[in-house]
Amino acid sequence: MNAHRLQLLMNRLKDWLWVAVRNVLITGLSFVIVYPILQKASELFKDPVDIYNMNVVWVPEHYTMMNIRIVMNVLDYWHTLLNSILLSGGVMVIQTCICALAGYAFAKLKFRGINVLFSFVIFTILVPPQTIMVPLYMQFKSFDLFGLFHLLSGHSGINMLDTYWPLIISSFTGMGLKSGLFIYIFRQFFRSLPKELEEAAFVDGAGIGRTFLQIGLPNAIPALITVMLFTFVWQWNDTFFTNMYMGNMDLLSIKLGRIDPYIQKVLIGDANLLGFDPYQVSMLKDVAVLFVMLPLIVMYLFVQKYFVESVERTGLIG
Amino acid sequence: MMRKQLSFEQQKKWYGVLFLSPWMLGFLLLFAIPLIASFRFSLGKLEMLAAGGYKVMYGGFGNYKYALTEHAEFNRVLTESVVNMAVNVPLILFFSLFAATLLNQKFRGRAIARAVFFLPVILASGIIHDISTQSIMSTVMNGMTYGTNLDPEVTGLSGSGLSQSLELKGMLVDAGMSQALTDYLSNAVDRIYEIISSSGVQILIFLAGLQSISPSLYEASKIEGATGYEIFWKVTFPMVSPLILTNVIYTVIDSFADNSLTKLAYKTAFTDMNFGLSAAMSWMYFIVEGLMLLLIAYTVSKRVFYYD
Repeated sequence: MNAHRLQLLMNRLKDWLWVAVRNVLITGLSFVIVYPILQKASELFKDPVDIYNMNVVWVPEHYTMMNIRIVMNVLDYWHTLLNSILLSGGVMVIQTCICALAGYAFAKLKFRGINVLFSFVIFTILVPPQTIMVPLYMQFKSFDLFGLFHLLSGHSGINMLDTYWPLIISSFTGMGLKSGLFIYIFRQFFRSLPKELEEAAFVDGAGIGRTFLQIGLPNAIPALITVMLFTFVWQWNDTFFTNMYMGNMDLLSIKLGRIDPYIQKVLIGDANLLGFDPYQVSMLKDVAVLFVMLPLIVMYLFVQKYFVESVERTGLIG
Repeated sequence: MMRKQLSFEQQKKWYGVLFLSPWMLGFLLLFAIPLIASFRFSLGKLEMLAAGGYKVMYGGFGNYKYALTEHAEFNRVLTESVVNMAVNVPLILFFSLFAATLLNQKFRGRAIARAVFFLPVILASGIIHDISTQSIMSTVMNGMTYGTNLDPEVTGLSGSGLSQSLELKGMLVDAGMSQALTDYLSNAVDRIYEIISSSGVQILIFLAGLQSISPSLYEASKIEGATGYEIFWKVTFPMVSPLILTNVIYTVIDSFADNSLTKLAYKTAFTDMNFGLSAAMSWMYFIVEGLMLLLIAYTVSKRVFYYD
């Protein structure tokens, strides 16, 4: 009897110890993740005077709105924000639709040779975008559909650089940022839908298009949310394609990438005749990063619940 | 009229073609043709014609030879990126499996913990990540918060690149670990932020896998008297092992998608305007990546357990 009780006690102790260790681990790792954001947030209202004050680390002694004003000004925030939202949002909608269609076809609408096509999808995931960046750049510099345009009008194609068109066309043809991965996710998801569902829909008189819209998509909401979130975020943060196709447009990622000289100009242009202070520049850059990630954080707060739940049912696995 | 005559199966085929048509167009126009073009470019020198358009002056494998034997940086950068990948992949894999197991358990505040763990998926990519890691203000603040040189151990924002988790190192060496392993582990602790921030998607994949393991397996093993440790290695681990392959491949592709070599190729193309050399570089890069993937897929897939 005593031995049994001891065993029980030991078990409870073990459980308790594990809970403690787990909590410490989770808190610690969460801290490491949140730390850089907190750090930037603490610089938001910090006066440059406080940079050299050894007593000030997290909570500033002197408050100022100057950082925010300078960054808003340098980024031309509202205008750039609107552009970024339009681009990322547009690409998100188009790419999700096209990838969902393709994923559905790969999962449910098989025809001869479709497996070869799917292996091509995997191939597009494997090839680094850098391998084809030069021909792509030229393609969009004088855009032409297999030489048809040249044949019809005699001109040598349309220059699409510095417009939204390169990204819209790539996402519309399923060749956007990581489209292959999204097609894969959708395919895995649609594959797990039971066949009986579509047959029932067919018996009830629904065409295939309608089955996709009314049976396929509503059941794929987890995958939809995951793909939409990823597309939006990766497009938002992308500098590779945006710099290549539209380096002169006002987008948050592009402006953030080249912010140094602008901040320096603002600082020297002010009363600061001795030139700029690298620490202040760095502080302003941090604030700018915060401004760029703020819309993402706000969005994540709203979507997070669905996202985290949906992930469990995304069918990301074979 | 025609549609009435088509059977359900035939209709499905035509709809399949219809649904895939945008993708097929894109594959031809924006992938297959550019891929062939890029191979052609890599074989020669690209000359822009005044009238618009371009001409390729073929020169055999000259660009490849130049990159491998004469170019100042290419060899070093290529080796570096392969070594970095080889170092990072196991760390990311272990960490993400570990984190997924943690997040899969039931505890208070799990929803919040999950939300926080997936934050890096959103915030640690692209330009935001690049600039955040360069910030000198954050280095200064770390220094002030944690005394002089303990900061990277606590925060992972190692700016100096020096290994500074001396205490951990001492402890591990005392415990009788080999020097190489100790260096590897302490290096991992120093770069914990980097590892966390690049394992978001991997955690997602593992978590989805853990969720799909049938609870009856756990019940059965509990009745048989298995301990938590045994359950992990005999049930959980084999069941998620196919995902290890998925995750390794994803991690490799991810680490190859954005590193110093891709930057070098980009610079060669758009700053130095040497399109041929850049194409040759990215082709060699792609071949190395392909070989690595084949090797990994081959070795891992032999050890993976498939339930059905």
